[in-house]
Amino acid sequence: MKEYSDYLTELNEKTAALLTKITKYCKVLNRQINVMHVCGTHEATVSRAGIRSLLPKNLRIISGPGCPVCICPAEHITTAKELAKRGNIITTFGDMFKVPDTTLKSLSHLKAEGHDIRTVYSAMDAVKIAEKNPDKRVIWLGVGFETTAPMTAYELMKKPPSNFYVLADFRLVPPALDLLLSDPEHELTGIILPGHVTTVMGLKEYEEFPRRYGIPMTVAGFEAVEFLYALEVLLKMMVDGELGLKNSYTKVVRYEGNPKAKEVMKKVFKVVDAKWRGIGTVKQSGYDLNEDFREYNARNLIDFDISLEYDLPKGCRCGGVILGKVEPEECPHFLRRCTPETAIGPCMVSDEGTCRIRATFREVR
Amino acid sequence: MQNVLLMCLSVVAQIEEIIGDGEAVATLNGVRKTIELGLLEDDVNVGDWVLLHTGYAISKVDYEQARKMLDAMELADSL
Ligand code: SF4
Repeated sequence: MKEYSDYLTELNEKTAALLTKITKYCKVLNRQINVMHVCGTHEATVSRAGIRSLLPKNLRIISGPGCPVCICPAEHITTAKELAKRGNIITTFGDMFKVPDTTLKSLSHLKAEGHDIRTVYSAMDAVKIAEKNPDKRVIWLGVGFETTAPMTAYELMKKPPSNFYVLADFRLVPPALDLLLSDPEHELTGIILPGHVTTVMGLKEYEEFPRRYGIPMTVAGFEAVEFLYALEVLLKMMVDGELGLKNSYTKVVRYEGNPKAKEVMKKVFKVVDAKWRGIGTVKQSGYDLNEDFREYNARNLIDFDISLEYDLPKGCRCGGVILGKVEPEECPHFLRRCTPETAIGPCMVSDEGTCRIRATFREVR
Repeated sequence: MQNVLLMCLSVVAQIEEIIGDGEAVATLNGVRKTIELGLLEDDVNVGDWVLLHTGYAISKVDYEQARKMLDAMELADSL
């Protein structure tokens, strides 16, 4: 029987072989290769394993808009804070709890002031809180990408109590990719698609991208070896001049995605023009509740006006970081005024933010 | 504590018991937890591995495919 150490040796050998191939392909290509991923968890994989330091000089891995907390509009947080001040219970993922809006105050500050803000693990926990507090309105902050949206839709399909409300600000990956790929400031040569967004949505909606933008794409997993495998698949396509869309994460991603999750989202949401923090409004890039679920929409509870012109703290370059145009190291505040302990912008506050990940796993080059 | 309440966290868990009503008990990193199966179309049985996102299974994990992928990575140079 194979020993555990045999598997480890095999894995190490495969990783080394992948790196050798990647280096060779880059040599053959003999030009600058810019590969962008659009997932905070991929950035964590890359930074934690120190992958950048192992790659050839002409291969750059760029971190795109993959942190849902970072791109969540400041208005969402301001609205949630206002709703909390009006005596409602706010339920949210832990990631949203510490993100400040433009006043530099977050929901955690409001909790400290005595307002009822509760961090939960899932949408169903938020519904349970509503069931236990029938005399209060319970507002669930529905944020995240396509991976997180089905759960909220699913709970709404189950007809939660009428004191349960959703402040929905879900965001969609394909419109953001469209924006990045048509941006003349970017010279992207390959895209690594997010593994869990495509687990839900499948690959079909990306089918047109490779030909439209002349760029190969693949989906990657989250182990270092899985990410390197995807990178190798992508570079091989570049060497062969193939404009393909390949699945390098067959462990969980199916071409058609998760049909049931897609179905509940279709029933509950409508696609709307939506604001991305630091980026601006992107056409048809968000989900809000549709008319059939109007009674659960927390926006109906808003009788105050919130519109922010500038949505980042002064000097913070998160907008550029999110779009992959500015490296955290290029921000004058990075690791000076802005550290994981003294975070200024959303990209440092959030565990999935590029600034935070870069600060946590400093690389040696 | 804050760390376990992240929206981006997806973990792999093994089904221990189907408790009906679209729910199951699964173990992740040795911890037993009730999970929601309602978003999965595929049939799930005890012993299966699923990808969990904020408490809901979003995909069955196909280790056969994963192994195939690993096997497909050749050690020899192909260039
Ligand atoms: S280092 Fe801080 S201030 Fe600079 S871009 Fe990142 S989050 Fe913003």
